[in-house]
Amino acid sequence: MKTILLLAATVAFGTGVALAASGDPERARILDGYAAQAKASDFTGFSAERGRSLYLGPHAGGKVADTPACASCHTRDPVGTGRHYKTGRDILPMAVSANPKRFTDPAEVEKRFERDCVNVLGRACTAREKGDFITFLSNQ
Amino acid sequence: MTSDPNFRALTGIAAFAMLALTAGAAIASEFERVRPVTHAATQKECGECHMAFQPGLLPAVSWTRIMDGLQDHFGENASLPADTAAAIRSYLTQTAGSGDGRLIRITEQRWWLRKHDFEPSIWSRKTVKAKSNCEACHRTAAQGLYEDD
Repeated sequence: MKTILLLAATVAFGTGVALAASGDPERARILDGYAAQAKASDFTGFSAERGRSLYLGPHAGGKVADTPACASCHTRDPVGTGRHYKTGRDILPMAVSANPKRFTDPAEVEKRFERDCVNVLGRACTAREKGDFITFLSNQ
Repeated sequence: MTSDPNFRALTGIAAFAMLALTAGAAIASEFERVRPVTHAATQKECGECHMAFQPGLLPAVSWTRIMDGLQDHFGENASLPADTAAAIRSYLTQTAGSGDGRLIRITEQRWWLRKHDFEPSIWSRKTVKAKSNCEACHRTAAQGLYEDD
């Protein structure tokens, strides 16, 4: 019983933290999901600062040589409108303040990480990296 | 007069020329006016990174190869969830056009090259950026109308 209560408290606390950090219930659920995965290791919470480093890069080993950072297409200021590096197609801002619908559709979020972590980093992102990334952009 | 062999030959040549002209016009307009994209997932997923090209611009074999290779889509990982990819694949192949199935780039199809025989510098213009950017010149390309050149 004690364990269950403790677990419930932990979950409730975790949700509260994510909700406070992200401001949208669906985005909070996505963050909680990554928090649950990240907690398997030495997880102590998401970091907007780590998220910023991930966003700005530059990284090596990505599939697309022209895009060594998220900022390559999304611009260094995530409030701005991005531009696809090859086609020139506009990309809606990454910053939640400029684009409140950002990170509110779980399937869409996973689709983009699945693709662009490979394109930019040359590998899949960890749950912690995904959480850091959303945390950074939720505060932008 | 009508039995004059020269006249008959001339009429024959004229008729043949008319036929050839008509056929030529029909082939040219096949790609100047294509059915617009009517499938929501295709419009959304393809249209995120580039104009959602109309299925009529490539033959089914080419679309199949494109959908088989989304993990390396012209040098970029553009993978999709399996169910979304399957729906898009079936829309593209069922409404596909004609062309060379060995080629997956619209811009390498023979009809396309014939219609875009320009100075190479055009493609590096800032407003054009890529050959795939149909809308830079064809303002109504997204609706499947390419007659404005």
